Amino acid sequence: MSASEKELQEFRVEVAAWMKENNPADPGFLLPQTFMEVGDERQLEFLREWQHKVWAAGYLGMAWPKEYGGGGVDAAFQGVADQEMRRNGVPICFNVIGLGWAGPLINDIGTEQEKAKYLKGILTAEDVWCQGFSEPEHGSDLGSAQTRAVRDGDEYVLNGQKIWTTMGNFAKYMILLARTNPDAPRKYDGLSYFLSPMKVPGIETRPIRKITGEFGFTETFFTDARIPADCLMGEEGQGWKIAMQTLQYERGAEAGAAGGLAMVRVTVDDMIRQLEGVNRDGESVLKDPVVRDQLVQAVMEEKAMILGERRAHIGALTTDYPGSLPLSSKLRVSEMTRRMRQLAINLQGAEGALYVGDAEARQGGFWQRAYFNSFSATIGGGTSQVQANIVAEHILGLPK
Amino acid sequence: MSVVGNTALKFSEEQAMLLDVARQFCRDKSPIASVRAQLETETGFDAGLWAEMVSLGWAGIALPESVGGSGMGIATLVPVVEAMGRAMLGTPLISSALAAQLLLRAGSSEQAERLLPALAEGAPATIALLEDADWGSDSVALVLDEKGVLQGAKKYVPDAAVASLFVVSVLHRGELALAVVRADQLGEGALRSNTLIDQTKRSANVDFSGIAVAENNIITGPGAAAALRDVRLLGALLVAAEATGSAGACLDTIVEYLKTRKQFGKLIGSYQALKHPTVDILTETDSARSFLYHAATLVGDSALDTDAEIACRMAKAQACQTLLYAGDRAVQFHGGMGFTYDCDAQLYIRRAQWSQQQFGDAQHHRKRLAALLLD
Repeated sequence: MSASEKELQEFRVEVAAWMKENNPADPGFLLPQTFMEVGDERQLEFLREWQHKVWAAGYLGMAWPKEYGGGGVDAAFQGVADQEMRRNGVPICFNVIGLGWAGPLINDIGTEQEKAKYLKGILTAEDVWCQGFSEPEHGSDLGSAQTRAVRDGDEYVLNGQKIWTTMGNFAKYMILLARTNPDAPRKYDGLSYFLSPMKVPGIETRPIRKITGEFGFTETFFTDARIPADCLMGEEGQGWKIAMQTLQYERGAEAGAAGGLAMVRVTVDDMIRQLEGVNRDGESVLKDPVVRDQLVQAVMEEKAMILGERRAHIGALTTDYPGSLPLSSKLRVSEMTRRMRQLAINLQGAEGALYVGDAEARQGGFWQRAYFNSFSATIGGGTSQVQANIVAEHILGLPK
Repeated sequence: MSVVGNTALKFSEEQAMLLDVARQFCRDKSPIASVRAQLETETGFDAGLWAEMVSLGWAGIALPESVGGSGMGIATLVPVVEAMGRAMLGTPLISSALAAQLLLRAGSSEQAERLLPALAEGAPATIALLEDADWGSDSVALVLDEKGVLQGAKKYVPDAAVASLFVVSVLHRGELALAVVRADQLGEGALRSNTLIDQTKRSANVDFSGIAVAENNIITGPGAAAALRDVRLLGALLVAAEATGSAGACLDTIVEYLKTRKQFGKLIGSYQALKHPTVDILTETDSARSFLYHAATLVGDSALDTDAEIACRMAKAQACQTLLYAGDRAVQFHGGMGFTYDCDAQLYIRRAQWSQQQFGDAQHHRKRLAALLLD
């Protein structure tokens, strides 16, 4: 049954009050802005506690089935809850790979047994999930994955390596793409999909130290690791199809996510606000004509993205190069974000050279760290250069 | 409140239909060969084609039904002008629409009823504002004296040679006012045509000295200044619409060449050095269209509010920068061909430079946006 406007409005008031009441105090250390930035146990435990609290209050997984820990109500309620989380600036719900990708997948195509085993732990944050798709030799080319899974009685034996495993060192489960048949005529047909445990002998993770000096990703090594055969999702050879479905959730093209804030949104308002008290030539930096021009351009860039999302829904205004707005969105947003954060540091004057850890760093070095982290979006999920090729070939029809 | 502010974007079925009709019309009636045929003519447009546009109702589309228009508002003109820009179709439509808006917004109902029906029926008209190169100056030196006689000149008056009517900003009793001048009042040699960088456009310097303006053709009071301000913003919007259309056509031209031209045994579109800037042109053009129809959503017959002002300025700043970039790269990517007059890239790079200088360039608008957004 769908929710009425009145119900939603009442719910909004309720959830807004709860968020205000329960928004945790500054813990005294920098919190991750995205789920790709959970670098240490302290951050993990903080976020785990927060997500659990949001779930226990009934504001996470609201549209997931009740028997698996969800709320069993209309998804519109979760939409309202997410908006209020964003509006009230609360921390992220960090278990994104479970909440947003693996969870909806299991909900949609999983067996009863899989649903019962996995879904609730995703919501409560008890079970952290990670993803094993990318490999060192095959960054964006998933179809060529080489990690092997060989059936041996009631088990599969895993050998190979994955990279850029977000929270690999904290995860209890992994959605894993591995090759069960190296001789398949089409490389895609040799792939299978597993809901694999991480804490088994033969699976080791090595944290990758990021450009920020922090952690958040791991390399994951499989050395004769044995996992139960019933970890296979679907059947052997269906891995590619299930991986593609997973990416649909990841890109937000398919509904079903449990909700929660996946990343803190940093806006051009935040960028301008941080300049309070910064001087240039003896007066506010906001009076400098060159800076003002740069800021207006930054505002326009952000506004153009928002307007573009609106226009994408108007058929008559998208006939020129259909699909250009959604397909270029990742390229544009990630590049805009990177540029804006770079500008934010640039405008801080001599303080711009301070980094996280310095007591005088503006906002604790937030912008310096955020700038470095912004490259995770211009590189991850296909670099901006690859994205530009995709747009050129698929939208403009230019040759490969 | 976010500095990003209003993000409304609506497009009515009427607008969608007009966009469709206008694009079809301009594609059929204004192929590039026809555009080129007009480059060196005196008026710069085909009178027969203009008559067809008038018969489609475009001259009166934004005017109220009471004066013979279709009462659809200025926003409906945006898709039409965008379509014309796409086809590089030069006509006095923008000038005439702005003159009509100025009369509509500043004039009395008597003036509207007397002057506007002819415009709705397709008599070209124009506005005469500039006295020097500075779009940022509000000062007016052209005087309308106590006897109602004009003394002074205007520069860069668009479509002056074909206009039947000029709406002129003047200084009257120390205040800004508007004077309506008929073409037949102009003296011998009053017009000196400008040689423009964009050969699809026409303008002239016009000397109004000695012309006597009848009492009922003078518009005074604070309404005149307010209407003038709004019409300058609407001018920026319509030029943005045209430039956005031209940028789209320029992109098509680039893409077509990149898909057919071979060098070193490969289609040049396969080289990333050309591919990636072309994607930039696509995304910038996308932004221009988004700003354009956002602004069209916010403008109406009443005085423009701050959100509408911001939107018009952003639309202009974005569209003209986009077309400058697209036109510039179009020449470069065509290689030796691009350096020739025969290559269509020249049409776009010339249009880009012209558009940038109408109703204030990108820096002009961003400077004003800074005050609106940051102070």
